[in-house]
Amino acid sequence: MDLSTIDPVALFAGLVVAATPLLFAAIGELVVEKSGVLNLGVEGMMIIGAVCGFAAASNSGSPVVGFLAGAAGGAAISMIFAVLVLVFLSNQVATGLALTLFGLGLAALIGQPYTGIKPPDFEEVHVPVLSDLPVLGELFFQYDLVLYFGVAVVALVWLFLNRTRAGLVLRAVGENHDAAHSLGYPVVLIRFAAIGFGGACAGLGGAYLSLVRVPQWTEGMTAGAGWIALAIVVFATWKPWRVLLGAWLFGGVTILQLNLQASGFLSWLQSLGIPAQAQYLSMAPYLVTILVLVLISADRTRARLNAPACLGRAFTAAG
Amino acid sequence: MLRLEPRPNSSALVEMLTPVVAVALTMLAGGILFAVLGKDPIVAIDTIFIAPLFDPFSRSELLIKATPLILIALGLSFGFRAGIWNIGAEGQYVMGGIAGSAVALAFWNVEGIWLLPLMALAGILGGALWAMIPAILKTRFNANEILVSLMLVYVATLFLSAMVSGPLRDPQGFNFPQSRLFHDSARLPLLLENSRVHVGVLVALLAVAVAQVLLTRHLFGFNVKLLGEAPRAAAFSGVSVKRMTVVCLALSGGLAGLAGLFEVAGPVGQLQLSLPVGYGFTAIIVAFLGRLSPIGILLAGLVMALTYIGGETAQFALGIPKAAISVFQGLFLFFLLAADLMTRYRIARIRREAR
Amino acid sequence: MKPLLAIDGVSKSYPGVKANADVRFNVDFGEIHALLGENGAGKSTLVKMIYGLVRPDEGTMRLAGDDYAPAGPVAARAQGVAMVFQHFSLFEALTVAENIALGMADPPPRRALSQQIREISTEYGLPLEPERLVGDLSVGTRQRVEIVRCLLQSPRLLIMDEPTSVLTPQEVEQLFGTLRKLRKEGVSILYISHKLDEIRQLCDHATILRGGRVVATCTPAQETARSIAGMMIGQDLAAPSQRSFQPGDVALSLRGLSLPSEGTFGVALRDISFDLRAGEILGIAGVAGNGQDELLLALSGERRVARGMIRLNGRAIGDRGPNTRRRAGLLAAPEERLGHAAAPAMSLWENAFLTGRVRLILAGGGFLRKAMIQGFTKRVVGDFDVRTPGIETRAGALSGGNLQKFVIGREVLQSPAVLVVNQPTWGVDARAAAQIRASLQDLASAGAGVIVISQDLDELMEISDAFSVLANGRLSPPRPALGLDIEAIGRMMGGAFDVEPAEAARASA
Repeated sequence: MDLSTIDPVALFAGLVVAATPLLFAAIGELVVEKSGVLNLGVEGMMIIGAVCGFAAASNSGSPVVGFLAGAAGGAAISMIFAVLVLVFLSNQVATGLALTLFGLGLAALIGQPYTGIKPPDFEEVHVPVLSDLPVLGELFFQYDLVLYFGVAVVALVWLFLNRTRAGLVLRAVGENHDAAHSLGYPVVLIRFAAIGFGGACAGLGGAYLSLVRVPQWTEGMTAGAGWIALAIVVFATWKPWRVLLGAWLFGGVTILQLNLQASGFLSWLQSLGIPAQAQYLSMAPYLVTILVLVLISADRTRARLNAPACLGRAFTAAG
Repeated sequence: MLRLEPRPNSSALVEMLTPVVAVALTMLAGGILFAVLGKDPIVAIDTIFIAPLFDPFSRSELLIKATPLILIALGLSFGFRAGIWNIGAEGQYVMGGIAGSAVALAFWNVEGIWLLPLMALAGILGGALWAMIPAILKTRFNANEILVSLMLVYVATLFLSAMVSGPLRDPQGFNFPQSRLFHDSARLPLLLENSRVHVGVLVALLAVAVAQVLLTRHLFGFNVKLLGEAPRAAAFSGVSVKRMTVVCLALSGGLAGLAGLFEVAGPVGQLQLSLPVGYGFTAIIVAFLGRLSPIGILLAGLVMALTYIGGETAQFALGIPKAAISVFQGLFLFFLLAADLMTRYRIARIRREAR
Repeated sequence: MKPLLAIDGVSKSYPGVKANADVRFNVDFGEIHALLGENGAGKSTLVKMIYGLVRPDEGTMRLAGDDYAPAGPVAARAQGVAMVFQHFSLFEALTVAENIALGMADPPPRRALSQQIREISTEYGLPLEPERLVGDLSVGTRQRVEIVRCLLQSPRLLIMDEPTSVLTPQEVEQLFGTLRKLRKEGVSILYISHKLDEIRQLCDHATILRGGRVVATCTPAQETARSIAGMMIGQDLAAPSQRSFQPGDVALSLRGLSLPSEGTFGVALRDISFDLRAGEILGIAGVAGNGQDELLLALSGERRVARGMIRLNGRAIGDRGPNTRRRAGLLAAPEERLGHAAAPAMSLWENAFLTGRVRLILAGGGFLRKAMIQGFTKRVVGDFDVRTPGIETRAGALSGGNLQKFVIGREVLQSPAVLVVNQPTWGVDARAAAQIRASLQDLASAGAGVIVISQDLDELMEISDAFSVLANGRLSPPRPALGLDIEAIGRMMGGAFDVEPAEAARASA
């Protein structure tokens, strides 16, 4: 085994890139859940974002157009969910699942002509002086703009939820939709907006996956990232900054296991007589998700403190 | 002006009508989809929905495809009614297949009529134990069963990959990721000559009957319904949520595991990397399409199997991509969920006095 | 002088119900105007129209002479109409200041708002801490939040929906002080209640609704509680019959029952002990949110305690679940009819099976005995005068009174040794309430022990043999109901259990 092939600086840089799709999807879902809606269709919205972003970027040659298309695609498909859940009052869990199944199929359909081609390059920003700093530059100042935008979105969501009136109203709607309604706030409209925002964020995350992180289009390429994003929201106990932490944690696990696979860790284990296979390392992100869920959920009072009280409950304006 | 109001009584007619309405709307939307793809919608729908019914081979394939869908959906339907969301049936299906295969391969050179029942037991146990992970994490640590069971699908799929390229790999298979072929006493007996229809079909039918009795006449079915409709009333009635969570997950996991075993011991005959084809997810659609009732699931399983069979034909004959079929299935679920509104509410007309 | 609010010929219909018909009355400047009526008389719909939550089908409203047709609560508030809801429109996980900001059209920045809250709340004798989470506050304090939220917008008309139903007598006095101060400042108050004594103390005029129509107006101070009640109900109240009570052996005994609070905002039960004799009705009073729900859950078996804390006929059952307790004869009827006592979407016969299974052996080998279940259901429906199209009807489709009769009847007909009911007549019309109370008294006369948890003091005084108060999770030692006065009860509700009635009378004199 040669652990020296693992470069901590490159590891961090890889982690931040791997975390960005999760970050977008999770921060969007956080806003949706804060408004009292549980959208389990994150995976479906992400993959639609991935394929729309990829297709638009390939056709236009511009990654920026790709990202916009990814966000638009995610938002558009989220509206199916919104209409079903808010207007037709369908079960949120079942509808979210349907959205995921539908999104995976539709993305595969749209993506057929795009399999196996390369997307246009997306330039990393170069800040004079800062980017050229030895370690620091590589750690913090050599990414693409969208990645910085992801961190900015977390800050903006925090600001929105905690420092603006609209954010307060959104939290109020998620906390007690009947009371919010009786105070005259448009519960359904606010939830429509939140779901749309969540869809756009998930779409952006998906587009980042297909345009920067991988970068190419393959069927089912989200591979559970949307579900991990949902877990991150729970992990974050509905707090924006902890979403950042959670996304980086999961990004870190993913990158670390990939690095371990590359480092000859497995053959080292096998030389010790342990029947190690790469598949076991690949399980790591999923197992860590489960572990984190257990740790966070076990402390019931803390989990409940920030969870929106109306999460998942259908709202009908009575009389 | 129109408004929604809850129905005082459930209407059996409406309950039966909604899936039919959903099917009709899906055909319409599907037709548009196929037209957009540049295919003749009438021909496409005929190829997918009508033609397979008149072809003996397709009919027998229909039963084979419907069997795992029905088995898994039956198991899921109890949990879904009770508000226990096992989304990881695909993983339990895989684990059942692996466990059953492990038994078959362990007795690779032994023949006996006891072998198949033992494999079935291993399949059920494999699926049920895999489902116990979310059940225990839910009841002990309050961890969301949706996310845990789903994460375990990815873990199970990776485990399958590790198995077929590791311990269960065919030693004479040139490193190909699959197991040895099972010998005859580890294969499901066939029901019809010259077809692949196996006894699993009968087991699925039996399961439908048992589930129907459980749901309508037994305390377990009553408690499941009660827990789903009114959790606090269920607690008041003495229903233990924890016990129900464990039982419902074990039931769905066991049936999914059995379905997985039927797949490896039936049509396939060996453990392959390609075992998971999404039955566990499609079964979710089947469960809802069947309105979570056993008889409904039987019909829905057949309809959904039809889209698979017809979809394959359409793929060859018309060049309709496989993904279009998934889109089609997703649309189906959307329309069904929307049509569901009509079973719970009715539209009332409110007259406003002329002013 | 023109009135502040003039209601002229307002009507509102819902499918099958005429909630209001041709309602007309005025609220003058600077008066406290009572809106009186039984449950279902149309008070709620009327005030929802005034507050813009519901639009009238017919009729007009004028505010200070101008046409008034608010498109929604925001518009109503903008024109100076504010409302304190019976079920508070508060957000538990948000702070007092955030809650108040949500009710204002244009709230000032945080710090200024906190300052204003402190000032106004102190000025009106309703002190509040702006940064506390509402979920951590008592019910009385939560009401203050609602009131201060209204006051910050200097309303012209303040609507209060049953404000005292959640307050102790002392808190009621405090509230009345605030309302009188507001009246002096020229604010009009529309005060909805069915508590006649309060209205006689507080209100200048009263409008009485029955069946959606105005049936009378009066000056409450010039009427007796009895004469106003007559106007409300349309007939004279029958005086409660005094039941002769022969105490039997101890049927249920609690010893040091304690139960930690569940969740972030629950109440813990602390060291509750009492004996209930066969044939006795124990009334447990108290303001909502003082542990009533928790006590019911502990007795029904939905929450377990140590085995010896609860004994039924000498047998320790504290650690047993609901069905073991039912088998032993301890039955319960929770407060919340829809979703707790009954499953709204399930049929009446399924709901009868829900609690009747164990005691009446309605299932054999796990299979439902349909004929027996239906027989039992029909008996409940028949004996308790439950108005329903049939036993296949969903429980949620029944009116509140009919469903409550069903819920009580379902337990009474299982001949319990002890029956525990929480708020048996909450939101039930007067006729059904009387039937329910009579059935509980009959049950006790037949030798069962009955515990009635209620916030309606009149009800408890009418039917209880022994009386006790639940305050902040503690239960006062029960004492004979005969000879208790409202003053002593008020002190008990404030949590001062050890004060003797005589002392209490002296202290308040």
